[in-house]
This record gives sequence, structure tokens and C-alpha cells, in this order.
Amino acid sequence: MGSLKRSFLEAIAAAAMLLALAADAAAVDTAEIKIGYLRRAEQMPAISLLDVAAPDAGLAGAELAIADNNTTGRFLNQKFSVTDVKLGPGEDPAAAVQRLGGEGISLVVTDLPADALLKAADAGRARGMLFFNAGAADDALRGEDCRAGIVHIAPPRSMLADGLAQYLVWKQWLKWVLVSGSHPEDKLFAAALKRAATRFGAKIVEEKEFEDKGGARQTDSGLAEVQRQIPLFTQGLPDYDVLLAADENAVFAAYLPYRTKAARPVAGSAGLSPASWDPSMEQWGATQLQNRFVKQFSRRMRPLDMQAWTAVRMIGEAVTRTKSAEARQVRDYILGASFELAAFKGRALTVRSWDLQLRQPILLSDGKNVVSISPQQGFLHPVSELDTLGYDKPETKCVLK
Amino acid sequence: MRIEMMQGKSGTEDRVAWSTEPGESPLTLSLSPWEREPLNSSRSAQHRPFSLREKDRMRGCALWPLQLPFALAAAVVLAFTAQPAAAYEAYISNEKGNTVSVIDTDKLEVVKTIPVGQRPRGIAMTKDGKSVIVAAGDSNTIQIIDTKTKEVTGSLPSGIDPELFAFDPAGKLLYVANENDNTVTVIDMETQRQAGSIQVGVEPEGMTVSPDGKTVICTSETSNMAHFIDAKTHEIVSSVLVGARPRFAAFKGDGSELWVSSEVGGTVSVIDPVKHEVKKKITFEVPGLRREAIQPVGLNIAKDGKTVFVSLGPANRVAVVDGQTYEVRKYLLVGQRVWHGAFTPDQKYLLVTNGLSNDVSVIDVAGLKVIKSIQVGREPWGVAIEAQE
Repeated sequence: MGSLKRSFLEAIAAAAMLLALAADAAAVDTAEIKIGYLRRAEQMPAISLLDVAAPDAGLAGAELAIADNNTTGRFLNQKFSVTDVKLGPGEDPAAAVQRLGGEGISLVVTDLPADALLKAADAGRARGMLFFNAGAADDALRGEDCRAGIVHIAPPRSMLADGLAQYLVWKQWLKWVLVSGSHPEDKLFAAALKRAATRFGAKIVEEKEFEDKGGARQTDSGLAEVQRQIPLFTQGLPDYDVLLAADENAVFAAYLPYRTKAARPVAGSAGLSPASWDPSMEQWGATQLQNRFVKQFSRRMRPLDMQAWTAVRMIGEAVTRTKSAEARQVRDYILGASFELAAFKGRALTVRSWDLQLRQPILLSDGKNVVSISPQQGFLHPVSELDTLGYDKPETKCVLK
Repeated sequence: MRIEMMQGKSGTEDRVAWSTEPGESPLTLSLSPWEREPLNSSRSAQHRPFSLREKDRMRGCALWPLQLPFALAAAVVLAFTAQPAAAYEAYISNEKGNTVSVIDTDKLEVVKTIPVGQRPRGIAMTKDGKSVIVAAGDSNTIQIIDTKTKEVTGSLPSGIDPELFAFDPAGKLLYVANENDNTVTVIDMETQRQAGSIQVGVEPEGMTVSPDGKTVICTSETSNMAHFIDAKTHEIVSSVLVGARPRFAAFKGDGSELWVSSEVGGTVSVIDPVKHEVKKKITFEVPGLRREAIQPVGLNIAKDGKTVFVSLGPANRVAVVDGQTYEVRKYLLVGQRVWHGAFTPDQKYLLVTNGLSNDVSVIDVAGLKVIKSIQVGREPWGVAIEAQE
């Protein structure tokens, strides 16, 4: 009896040792974590030469985060890489997602418009793929069209509008003129600004539309034309404090500052603009990130770059902490209580459980410097002051599925 | 007695009127009536909360004349009861002022201001007390200040953007964190030359050396790790994951524990340096303050290891933590955006820098009280203290 018991214990000990050895061997093997980067090929238009997007817009941020993840991963035998996929006009996002899935990629950062993102996410659902939306600002993606497989890094229009509105209210610039473009996205941003006015107690004293009739941007004769056109367009307005522009296709907003009839500031799509990041941001150790970016890409870091960086760093953080690159575990971790991302915003960033949107402060930039960062003082919230920006839990239309 | 009363009052008010945000411009402070404080003697007058809200400002104004006589009385009491302490000199690096302020810890006043390079932050005294070295990050150098002449006499080849550094126990080697290129630079203090370079995680910041000199610790802010580096081989022996954005590391005097502060995570990790494991994560809670405002940075562990002072950044508090039970015993109200601190060698005082209110708070270590604040240069950051002949 005694010897039997002993041999049993010995067997257990031997098995435990084997297991430990196996675990050691697994730890020495480098884990490869492949991340997809799926993006639109077409360039966003710009009025200013300074705003023309670089060919690696967004992707550069992802690549920098890969480098950062790998510096950390070196100590944990984890190696990260990114696979860049560009979707040409008319190309099917679903097919691209199937290809990525076939290569064993289950974590995908996207810079796609809303409809393409939904197609991509639906195509990846069967494989359990997890998408990180770095490029689409549509509130519907976090609302009625939300998906359990899409985490949103890009701030939605409501969050941007609220961030701007809080500052304008803090300034007591409460009378707004709202000029929106004629494209559907312009109407969505205008709606977000109207919602913000209602939420924070500003008044829209007049609304106007600037119709996109095509035509030249800043050409030789265009400049003189614009100088006459804008005062004409902005005359006869009621007394106002600030003119808000909703122009996501760069048709007119950048022409407004210094050209309006009344000497009033411009905000929104031009002038004082809300964003997730600014090339001039220096607070909270951001200088180091900016320096790394410039060193690697010889240009300054823009909001889309930051959104992609953040997405890949979130993946890195989840993989580092959980020692797993499985999409399901990554999702569980970033939605869990222990997730906190340091992203040079002066506080930990977390994810809203009700619509999978990243909570984040919104920077307000004049194009040269960060003027202020929202949430503003005095806008209180019982859970997180970051939840004063965008759709809060009681307002959400999202039912995750 | 009177000092205590006022501290209590000021602490209560602060909870009501607290208004400092991490992003708040220090410029708004110039609106405050407290800036016109003519008497640099009472901590309570200095650290009355600054508020943008009119109501609070009005209340502050109303209280102000009432408190002045108390402040004066307190100063008198202090002046007569203060023990003649040993004369030490504290060197404060002023990040925005590009200066180092020298404080006489007996008189508790600034006796000299030394111009240095751009963005001075990390600061320490050499073992022999003959020099103070200060990292001027934007000048990419570590400058040497002669403690006798109080002048910059030379510089060290620090590598790019030095921020924090640590001496080995013998004072012969200096380990410098270079935030911009993920390395630790080793400098031989005798030859003043680079003696090595160690690749670490993303954005190395906190540096310390174990009391036996065998292990060098570096924390990397974006990797969220404390790296244990073999001082002989320069190999990384282990990397321990801690809370987000680890900024500072300190050993207990007996080497039994390594404490690491995580600024964004809002925690302090106590690490077993033998097992390389986090054995306790300390969290902080200040009534009336949002969790996000609590950002631990500087750590000062008393010689006996029984008390640890944790500077909580924009929470404007220094937490007093029991070094054995890890319980937070008290929160001391200091100035705005408290960064780092240093004990006087007799452990009588702890001096901490307040980055946004441009002053240094003097903490009475035995009484666990803030007894004074001293105006220094713009955005004070680091402190170095040693005995003077």
C-alpha cells in the first residue's frame, strides 16, 4: 500500500516535471503576432498643401507601435509584425479579410469608411476576427450598426463635437453659426455639433449650407476669387460668437478663417479643430513619441497615425499581459477591469463596454499648437469625465452582437 | 498647535475647492489672490487651493485676512522653537527655469540660483559631496556643479535626452536613462567617459541600483516594465511587468524590496527582487479626487524602511505609506503637481518639488506635517541633498 502510494506520487512528480519542461520550451519559442492593416487606397482631399496626407498615413503609426511592441516583446519572446493591405476603388473588403484570415491573422486595424468596415467585420466574424477601427468617425458604427467584433479607436463625430463644444462654452462663446457642406458626412458632423450645442447650452443662431459645386481649389485665380466669395457668403448673419464649419471633404472650411464678413473666429473643420492628436503635442511625455515618429518616418505624427499607433499598442498591451494573441482573449483583456493604456494623454485610456469605443481626451488645435484639451473643467460625470464626450451609456443605441 | 489647526482647515477646503487638472495652464494661477502672499512663511497660506470658480475664490478671499495673523503667529512660533539643525544644502532643478535653486535647509530659504542647461530634471550629489550633477535633457548633457563655488564646471557624455540617473553604491559608475533611444548609458565617473550602453524597453526613465551594487534597475514607461540588469555583465536578467507608465524606482535600504511607481496606472508596485515578482500593488484614494488625478511619481523610502513617501503628482498630495503593512497612513497636502523629493541626511525633513506652483514643500518627517513652502524657480522637478562641511 505504502509503496503503491509512493510510486503514484513519483509518477505525479515526473509528470509535473515534464509539464514544467514543456512550459519552459514553449516560453523560449518566440511567439509571432501578426496584425493586419486594412486601408482605403484613395487619398482624402485637402485644401492646404500642409494637409495632404502622406502615402503611409496611419500605417506609419501602426509600424511605430509594432517597433514599440517589439522592444517590449524582446523581453517576453514576442514578435509583432504588420501586414499592409490596400483596397483599391471597388475592391471587396470581404475578400481581403478572407485572405488575411487565411494567413492566420485575426487582429486587424482598419482605416476604412463605415460601409467597407462593416463588410470587413461581417466577413471576419465566422473566423472570430477582431477589428480596430482607426479611421471611421461615424457614430452609427458605435450605435445602431455596432458590432461585437469592432473596437473603435478613432473618436466619433459626437466625441469631437462635444470636446470642441465644452471649450467654446467654457469660453462663453455661446452663439454659433453653423455652416455645413453638402456631402452626407458634412451633415453628420453638423448633426453632432447641433447635439453638442443642446447638451452644453450653446445656441445655433443660424445654419447655412455651402454647396460643393466642384471647381478649382487654391489656384492662381482661385485665391482672389475666395477672398471675395467668403465675405459674400458670410454677410447678413445674425450676431454670433463663433462660426462652426462642418466640411469633411475639404471643400470650403479652410477658406473661412480671416475671410468672414464679421471678425469672428472659426472652429470645427477649420480654425480651432478637435482631434485625437496633434503634431505639436508635447505634454505628458509626448515629446518622446513625437521624436521616435519623426526619426523613423521623417514627417510629423497626425491624428490617424496616433489612432493606428494606439490600436496596435492596445493589442501589444493585451498580448504582453495575457501572453496570448488569440482575438477572443485580446478582446476580453481590453474590455476588462485591468486594461489601462498609457497613450500620452495624461491619464489611462480605457474602452466603453456598451459600444467598444476608446475613451480619450480630445485635443483642440489651431493648426500650430494645442489650444486646450477636453473634457473641460466643470463638466462632471459620476464614472469618468471622459464620458462627458460622445454617447454615454444611457444614450447608446448599440446592442452588441 | 496653531499650525496644525490651519493645516486641517486648509485640507478640508481643498477637498471642496480642488480644481487642478493635469492640462490646466499654470498661467491661470496668476489670477489667484494667494499669489500675492507677502510672507513666505506659512505653508497653509501658500497652499490654499487655486480655483477658477468664482464662488470658491470669493470664499478664499474672505478667509484670507482671518488667516494672516495665524500665519504670522505660526512663523514666529516656528522661528523660536526650531532646533538649530545641521546645515545642509538642497539643490532643486527647475525644469522650465533652466536653473538650479540652492536651499539652506537650516534657514529653509533659497540662498543661490545657478543657471544651467535646457530642461534640467534628474539631479544628484556625488558621493564625496564635491559636486552636484544635473541632467539637462534638451541640451543632451549632464552638467557638473561645484558645490563650493556653485558654478557649472563641466559635463558628462550622457547620451541623448538624459532624464534620471543613479550612482552605484561606490559612486564610481553612473547609470543614465536615455528616454529617446531606449538605452541606459553607463558612465565611469573617474574618467568621465562612457563605459557601456544597455538596450532596454521603450522610454527608459526610473533608474536605481541595489544597495549591494549588483543589480541595476531601469523602468521603461511605454513597455511598462522594471528591468533587472546585472551590473557586471550588463545583461537583463528579468523584466517585471508593472502598472502603466512606470516612472520611478527605489530600493529599501536593506535591498529586500524594490518599489516602482506607475504614473498612469495610479499604483505603486512592491517587487521581490529575488523572485522578480510583484508582491503588492498599492492603490491610493483621496476623498473628493477622481482616480485619474492620482498619479504616483516620486518615491522616498525612509532609512529604516518603515515609512515611504509617495508623491502623487496632480493630486497635490504626498501619500505616507507604511513600509511594512503597505497601508496608506496619511495624505499630506502639498503644492501643485508634486514630482520628486529628497530627505535631509538626518531624515528630519523631506523636501518635495511642486511643478506647477513653483515651490518646494518641506515635510517634517517625524511629525508627518508640511511645515513650509519655499518659492524656487519655474517648474521645479528634482531634489538632491547632502551634508555640507
